Amino acid sequence: MKKNSKVIMFIAVLLPLLLFVFPLWKITLEAPQYPTPLGMYIHINDFSDANPHDIKNINLMNHYVGMKYIPDAIPEFKIFPIGIISTTIIGLLIAFKANYRWYLYWFILMVLLSTAGLYDFYLWEHDYGHDLDPKAIMKFTNPDGSVMGFQPPLFGSKDILNFKAHSYPQLGAFSLGIGMGLSLFAFILGKKEHKKSQA
Amino acid sequence: MKKVHYLFFALAGVSLLFTSCNQSKSSSGALASSAAEKVYVAPGEHDDYYAFISGGFSGQMSVYGLPSGRLFKVIPVFSQDAEKAWGYNEETKPMLNTSHGFVPWDDSHHPDISQTNGEIDGRYVFINGNNTPRIAKIDLSVFETTEIIEIPNSAGNHSSAFVTENTEYVVAGTRFSVPIPQQDISIKEYKGNFKGSLSFISVDPEDGGMDLSFQILMPGFDYDLAHPGRGASHGWMFFSTYNSEESHTLMEVNASQNDKDFIAAVNWKKAEEYIKEGKFTTMPANYAHNVYDEHTHTATSTMKKEVRILDASTLPGLVYLLPTPKSPHGCDVNPTGEYIVGNGKLSSDLTVHSFKKMIDAIENEKFEGEAYGIPILSFEDVLAGTVKQAGLGPLHTEFDGKGNGYTTFFISSEVVKWKVGTWEVVDRQPCYYSVGHLMIPGGNSRKPYGKYAVAMNKITKDRYLPTGPEVTQSAQLYDISGEKMELLLDFPTVGEPHYAAGIPAELIKPNSKKIYNLTENKHKYATTSDANVKVERDGNEVHIYMTMIRSHFNPDNIEGIKVGDKVYFHVTNLEQDYDVPHGVSMIGANTSELLIMPGQTETFVWEPKQVGVWPFYCTDFCSALHQEMQGYVRVSPASSDIDLTWSLGED
Repeated sequence: MKKNSKVIMFIAVLLPLLLFVFPLWKITLEAPQYPTPLGMYIHINDFSDANPHDIKNINLMNHYVGMKYIPDAIPEFKIFPIGIISTTIIGLLIAFKANYRWYLYWFILMVLLSTAGLYDFYLWEHDYGHDLDPKAIMKFTNPDGSVMGFQPPLFGSKDILNFKAHSYPQLGAFSLGIGMGLSLFAFILGKKEHKKSQA
Repeated sequence: MKKVHYLFFALAGVSLLFTSCNQSKSSSGALASSAAEKVYVAPGEHDDYYAFISGGFSGQMSVYGLPSGRLFKVIPVFSQDAEKAWGYNEETKPMLNTSHGFVPWDDSHHPDISQTNGEIDGRYVFINGNNTPRIAKIDLSVFETTEIIEIPNSAGNHSSAFVTENTEYVVAGTRFSVPIPQQDISIKEYKGNFKGSLSFISVDPEDGGMDLSFQILMPGFDYDLAHPGRGASHGWMFFSTYNSEESHTLMEVNASQNDKDFIAAVNWKKAEEYIKEGKFTTMPANYAHNVYDEHTHTATSTMKKEVRILDASTLPGLVYLLPTPKSPHGCDVNPTGEYIVGNGKLSSDLTVHSFKKMIDAIENEKFEGEAYGIPILSFEDVLAGTVKQAGLGPLHTEFDGKGNGYTTFFISSEVVKWKVGTWEVVDRQPCYYSVGHLMIPGGNSRKPYGKYAVAMNKITKDRYLPTGPEVTQSAQLYDISGEKMELLLDFPTVGEPHYAAGIPAELIKPNSKKIYNLTENKHKYATTSDANVKVERDGNEVHIYMTMIRSHFNPDNIEGIKVGDKVYFHVTNLEQDYDVPHGVSMIGANTSELLIMPGQTETFVWEPKQVGVWPFYCTDFCSALHQEMQGYVRVSPASSDIDLTWSLGED
C-alpha cells in the first residue's frame, strides 16, 4: 500500500530547496524622499537589490550614522546552502528508508537549525545596527542618554529616524516553513496510518 | 411624523430655489471655478500632457505640463546655458560648433515630435535654429539635445523642423534666399540669382542619426513653414512661400504686392527616385554635424564637405506650385491628408486646397504657367474651399481629429474654430494678445488628441504683474472638448513661444531615464571607482580624475598646481540614485559650474592665475552634508618644484 505520509514527507523535504530560487527575507526602508522605497532581499547565499542600486543607496544613507557597508559576502552565505543541502539529503534518506517517527526527528532538526539561523541573523542585525563608526557624521542618543542603534526589526515594522523599516519573510522562508509544517503533518498522518495498519 | 415630512419638503424646496438662483446669478463665477478645476493638478499628481514650447530668441526649448501650465525644464539647445554647463563644459562645446565657428546662440522656432505611421511616438523632438541654420534633435528618454546638424546653402532656417509620417525625414526650408553657392555679387542682382533650398535630413529608424540626404534647389522666394502629407498625401511635403515677387529691399511693401504667392508641393518620393537614378549634382559644402554620445557623455563635431542637389527647375514632377493668397504663413495638413490649408497672413480668408484635386490637375497637366520651370497649377483647380471672413491675418491651423480646424488670427487676435468640409465658422475666442501659432497635442498628425489647444501670444501688455519695459511672454490654454472653446489659463513662457508640440504624458513618462549607469560610462576621463582617482601632469596641462558622492569629492586636497597650468577637472558623479546630481565650481574659473547627473562625467577647465589656496565646492544642494562638500587646490608659483599630490581624508 502506498502511504500518503511518505509522499507528503517527500514534498516536505524538497520544499526548502526553493530557497535557492526565492529570497529568504526582505528589508524595506521607506521615507518621504524615497517614493520608491529602498529594499534589500536576503537570499541564503546573497544580498540583492530590490530595485537597481538599492544596497549602494542604503549604504550611502547609513554612512551618515556610522553604520558599516552591507558586505558583499558573509560566512553564512557558505554555511546556509550547505545546511539546506545536508538536511535535504538527510530528509530524503528518511523519506525513502525510515519510518514515520523519523519525520518528527527531521522536523525537530529543522526547527533547531532554523532557530539558530534566525538567531544568527539577529546577531548580525544587532551588530550592523549598533557597531557604529566612532567618527560617525551624526550621532543620536536615546532619551536615556545611551547611543541610539539602528537595528532593523527581525520581523515586523519599526520607525528608525526618518525611515520606516519593514522586515518580513519571503517566498523562500515560506517554502522552508511549509516544508517543516508538512513534515510534522506527515508524522501525524504516518502515525494514523500506522495505527490503521495495526488494527 | 407628518410634520417632519412637511419640513423636509419645505427645506428641499428652499434649497432648490437657492441652487437655481445661484446658477442664474453668477454664471461667469461658476464657469471660472470650473476653469480652475480643469487646470488644477493636485500636489504630487502629474499632468496629462507634455508640451514642448520653443524659446524663440532664447534659443532653447521648454517643457511644460498641461493642463497646469507648469514649467518642468528648459532644455538647452542652441544657446549656452551656464546652469547646465551646456556649451561651457568640454563635453558639450562641440555641440555649438558650426561652419562659422562656435555660435553660442540661436533663434529656436518649431519643435516637432517624431512620428510612426503618422502618429506622434514620443521618441524625439526636432527643433530648428533660424539664424545660423541648424536642426537639433532632443532625445526624450533623457530630455537632452543629442544631435545638431547645420544646414548649408540656407539662410533663415524657418520652414523647419517638420517630420514626415514615419520620420523618414525632417525638413529645413530656407526663409531668406541667398546665392547658392554663396558668392560676392550685388544684392540688386537678387532676381534669378538668389535661390531657395529645401533640405531633407534623413533620420535613422534605429538610432535616430541625422544625415543631410539631399537639397532641392528652388526659386528665390521666401520659404516660410511646412507640413507633411499623410495618408493619401504621404510622400509629399508642402511648403508655404512669400516674396514670390523676389524683392530684396523694403520687403514689407515689396514682398506684399502679388495677390497670390504659392504653396510648394514637393514630391519627396520622386526626389528619392531621382537620387537613385543619379539625377543629382554633388555640390561642395561645409557644414557641422554634432553628435552627443550618451555613453561617452561627450559630443563630437564633424565637418561635412558635400551635399547632393536636385534642381526643381530641371527635374519634372518634383515640385508643383499651388497659388495661395496672400503671403501664406502656416501650411497645414488635416489628419486625413486630403486638405492643405494656406493661412494667407495678409488675408481675411483661409484657403483650403484639395490633395485629390491637385493630383487630378497634375495628371491632366492643367498648368496655368510656370516659375523657373516649375509648373503652377490653377487656383480654382486645386481649391477645396474657403473659410470666408474668418478673421484677420490667419497664421496657423491645427486639427482636433473630430472634423474641426482651429486657426489663429494674428491681427484680430483670436482663435477661430471651423468645420473641415463645410468651411463654416463654429466658434471664435479672443487671445490676449496677438496670437501667433497654436498647438493641439498631435494636431499635426493623423491622430490629434483634441482636448486642449495652446495659443502662443506675441504680446502680453497688462496680462501679468508688470516687470518694467520687458514683460513676460505668454501662452493660453483653451478647453476644446466642447462645441465652444473655453479659455482656461494664462501661463508665462521662457523666451518667445513661437510654436509647440504636445503629446500625452503616457507616451513619454515610462521611457524617461532616471540615472546613467556607471557601468556604461565610456567617457575618456571617467573615474568610475575611487581606486582610479588620480592627478596627472603633462607639461603645463593637469588632468584631475575626480569623483563625487554624498558628500565629498575625491580627491579634495590637491597640491602641486602652478600658475600658468591648464587644469582639467574631469568629475564623475558616482551616485546611482534618482535625482542626486552634484555640481562643482572653482573660484575664478572663467567658465560655468558643472551640473553632473548620477553616473555622468563632465569636464571644466581652470587656468589659475594667482598663487594661493583656492576652494571648490558642490553647487547643487545634495544632502545634509552638502555644505561640507568642498575641497582645496594649492596653487604655487610657476617656478616652484612642488610635487603633485592629492588626497582625501588624510590628516
